[in-house]
Amino acid sequence: MDPSVVTQNIGLYLQGLWTTVWLVAAALAIGLVLAIPLAIARTSRNPLINGPVFAYTYFFRGTPLFIQISMIYYGSGQFEVIRQSWLWTLFSQAWFCALFSFVLNTAAYTAEIIRGAILATPRGEIEAARACGMSRSLMLRRIVLPSAFRRALPAYGNEVIFMLHGSAVASVITIVDLTGAARVVNSRFYTPYEAFLTAAAFYMALTFAIVWAVRLLERRWYAHLRPRPA
Amino acid sequence: MLDLQGFGAFILQGTWVNLTAGLLSLVVAIALGILGALAKLSRNPVARGVAMVYTTLVRGVPDLVLMLLIFFGGQLLVNQVAPALGHEDYVDVDPFTAGVLTLGFIYGAYMSETFRGAILAVPAGQLEAGRAFGMRPREVFARILLPQMLRHALPGFGNNWLVLLKGTALLSIIGLNDMVFKANQAGGSTHKPFTFLFVVALIYLAMTTVSILALRWAERHADRPYRRAPA
Repeated sequence: MDPSVVTQNIGLYLQGLWTTVWLVAAALAIGLVLAIPLAIARTSRNPLINGPVFAYTYFFRGTPLFIQISMIYYGSGQFEVIRQSWLWTLFSQAWFCALFSFVLNTAAYTAEIIRGAILATPRGEIEAARACGMSRSLMLRRIVLPSAFRRALPAYGNEVIFMLHGSAVASVITIVDLTGAARVVNSRFYTPYEAFLTAAAFYMALTFAIVWAVRLLERRWYAHLRPRPA
Repeated sequence: MLDLQGFGAFILQGTWVNLTAGLLSLVVAIALGILGALAKLSRNPVARGVAMVYTTLVRGVPDLVLMLLIFFGGQLLVNQVAPALGHEDYVDVDPFTAGVLTLGFIYGAYMSETFRGAILAVPAGQLEAGRAFGMRPREVFARILLPQMLRHALPGFGNNWLVLLKGTALLSIIGLNDMVFKANQAGGSTHKPFTFLFVVALIYLAMTTVSILALRWAERHADRPYRRAPA
């Protein structure tokens, strides 16, 4: 093991770290915004609303993220509609394809997580909201969604970690994220242990930071459930 | 749109590679999972420590990074060790073996957690009763613990299998000639990359759907003795 390989290339790793962090953060933020209406649509009894959303989440949860990102990056050029329009300025760029596929992927998982949490709403809360004369949208906003987010938090924390780990496939489509940095270092110096163990350490630090942040958030959001100090 | 231009059988050959790699990895993962779970619950602090480090490290790092580490690192290691054993030529690590071992190693960590939880879900009184009957530890494990923990392990086990199965798509990155690799070849020579990758996506969807149905059946089956009689 030769630590100088890592210290000489630390700048590359830090750039990769930044790329990983912003890609994952942007995908999660956009994905969450999309997932909320999708989750509400998934709870609809109308098959014309529920069906297409179910097909979407089923496809993106049942196929590997690596295939999804490849389909978008290598496959989008197959379509004249994309090639001949302004869309090509976006789809010809690796970062956009990575972000696009991550958003579609995490929105599908998150929609199902939130849907589960919505369905677990205690019946009494909904009856109480109706008895107070709330409309459906007011009830969603004030009663159903806030308590659903609370219930969804542990599962969503796992999804954040899955997205972080899944983002490593961005390195395959030429993006120099953390994994990409490690692959560059390995191919330049043929030092697989140093190259990949360094990336692994960064990922582990990020994972622990997420676990810690979720735990902090849980403590806040579940404060009302904690036994009162004697 | 789904005109495969004669590449259909070519892709299906690759499907077989992914499926066997997935199933063999599952066997490795189950073995490591049982070992890991027993180590985590053992009274031996060394075993507990090793299992803790194993599951924490593996679950904190992306599977692709571990795969690259084990494939390239393993290649280097084999070629450092081989000359010492009197082997002169350069040894090429086979991506199938490396992939199966890596996936098994990774999902063994997830299985450890699933099995640990399932073991803890079996009431301690059951195990005590077994011991009180004079059963040996192996009998308590085989007759009381295993049949009852299976029911608790199934949901987590199923999730792990689905993630593992999808993880086999990454094996093409370390050079395995699987269906993803073949789809990229077919897509390159026909200039229809989307079509072939979409077919691969549909094949994965079919495999996950069959898995989900089989797991649902297994869960219902394992739950039978516990279901309440219809009123």
